[in-house]
Amino acid sequence: MDAVIEVSELTKRYGGKTAVDHLSFTVRPGQVTGFLGPNGAGKSTTLRMILGLDAPTTGTATVAGVPFHRHPRGLRYVGALLDAGQVHGGRTAAAHLSALARGNGIPRRRVDEVLQEVGLAEAAKRRIGGFSLGMKQRLGIAAALLGDPPVLMFDEPVNGMDPEGVLWVRRLFRRLAAEGRTVFLSSHLMSEMENTADQLVVIGRGRLIAAEPLRDFAARGTRSSVVVGTPRAAELTAVLTAAGASVEPEGSAGAEKLAVTGLPAVRIGALAFDNGIRLDELTTRTASLEAAFMELTADSVEYPAGHPR
Amino acid sequence: MTTLVSLSPATPVAGPPARFGDLLAAEWIKTRSLRSTPWTIALTLLFVLGSAAVSTLTDEAAGSGTADFRPFDAYPAAGCWSLMLVAGSMGALTVVSEYSSGLIRTTTVAVPARGSVVLAKAVVTGMLWTAIGTATATGSLLVSQAILAGRHAAVPITHPGVFRALAASASLAPVCALVGLGLGVLLRHAAATMVTIVFALLMLPTMFSESHRWSADVKHTMVSAAWNRLVQTWEPDPESLGYTATVSGSWIVYVLWPLVAVALAVFVVRRRDV
Repeated sequence: MDAVIEVSELTKRYGGKTAVDHLSFTVRPGQVTGFLGPNGAGKSTTLRMILGLDAPTTGTATVAGVPFHRHPRGLRYVGALLDAGQVHGGRTAAAHLSALARGNGIPRRRVDEVLQEVGLAEAAKRRIGGFSLGMKQRLGIAAALLGDPPVLMFDEPVNGMDPEGVLWVRRLFRRLAAEGRTVFLSSHLMSEMENTADQLVVIGRGRLIAAEPLRDFAARGTRSSVVVGTPRAAELTAVLTAAGASVEPEGSAGAEKLAVTGLPAVRIGALAFDNGIRLDELTTRTASLEAAFMELTADSVEYPAGHPR
Repeated sequence: MTTLVSLSPATPVAGPPARFGDLLAAEWIKTRSLRSTPWTIALTLLFVLGSAAVSTLTDEAAGSGTADFRPFDAYPAAGCWSLMLVAGSMGALTVVSEYSSGLIRTTTVAVPARGSVVLAKAVVTGMLWTAIGTATATGSLLVSQAILAGRHAAVPITHPGVFRALAASASLAPVCALVGLGLGVLLRHAAATMVTIVFALLMLPTMFSESHRWSADVKHTMVSAAWNRLVQTWEPDPESLGYTATVSGSWIVYVLWPLVAVALAVFVVRRRDV
């Protein structure tokens, strides 16, 4: 059985509140899959259910065909970093990893290997309490790598990392996926996924919004428009509308601009030239991945800012 | 930067069989790697032995009275209550610290067999506190007897009931540590667990007197009352108006408290979200 994460009709209710609502998706090996959603969308709850920490109210979550909690020892099957703070500050990095390794029958030398791998070899004998958040994230990644598992799950792994750390972690994820592993990482920031993920699972308010390749997701949300600046806005609007475009006025008085959708920039330029209308600006505006994400999840933001209810 | 030694990651490798011994070793690494562990043990030893010395030194009647009361000097209530409190709290902390930091989730992902984790913690905690209890109980007796020997009032360990008092004082530590561990799993919050330990182990028994049958029956199910009975080397006075616990009943109390606490913990931890 491949190291596939299979989530099927997964639901979790806490009292009257539904955190995860009939969620189904599949995460495949050999690629990085991003798990996206606004804060409070149910990402962490879903990850906890996949890892057998929380029992689903209904539905199932399996890894390689088996509910993860069936394994008496887990590190050789799934490596996970849920929250870098889930360590005891009084222990050294080496002691923390040694205890985890020992419980899973993993040889002690793996501890030195993974500490080297994440760049914490120098800090092995230091107490975790003195670590920065970025260092704790590296330690959590080291713990996930201990058992050399085919499946890796990370919840907001780049929080607190410096730019060098972010680059390192992206390269690491890409490499782990290239080695044939299943890499599943959650984030509430689309920009983190842009250079890392191949596939996306997007959720909002516990429900699935999209599960598709990153490229398709970006294209779906992309409605490119052309911004046109002209002193004769009214005339141009008439011309463009006649040519089948839809035109929205934009900008402020004295510097009016038009947002045109439905016609490419070349065609707009040609139409303006044919009608003798001067153009001051002609810019194609492509919706970013971030915009696509915002647009798709706009209805599902749990705690929107600045909107009195 | 080195690369990972990869074992064809596409298929999960069957590791070595899940051995309980590995979990014991892991829990021992966790215990050993905390700076607070040796400090707590040293301070506990110092305080319990000190209280035995003080109690023996201030026992004016030791030279003249019956030999039966003299071994009792080694085990004053102050030392016993401190040992109960420290053992109970430390037992609880082995799990409460994991819950408060969230480490329990890291632990559970590494070892999804939650009941086994609790059992491994119980075994390591039980063994550690048996060792500490044996050291304090033996040390207390030696200190006390050394002082009494100076007054030519020492009592040999072969004297009736002396060994029982030693065994009861030694096992008091693991009994309380395991009760604390069980309560820690059930309650998870540090303050709530500590208050419950103090209440269940120290305060509750003082609520019940031995002057009425029912009240005495309740009191005799308590750990500290059981300890009290087991360290008394003399037989109860038949003329006494109070009800006295039996020795065998007291040993059963010693076994039942930690057993029930750990069994409940294993039961709950397997059903509850982590």
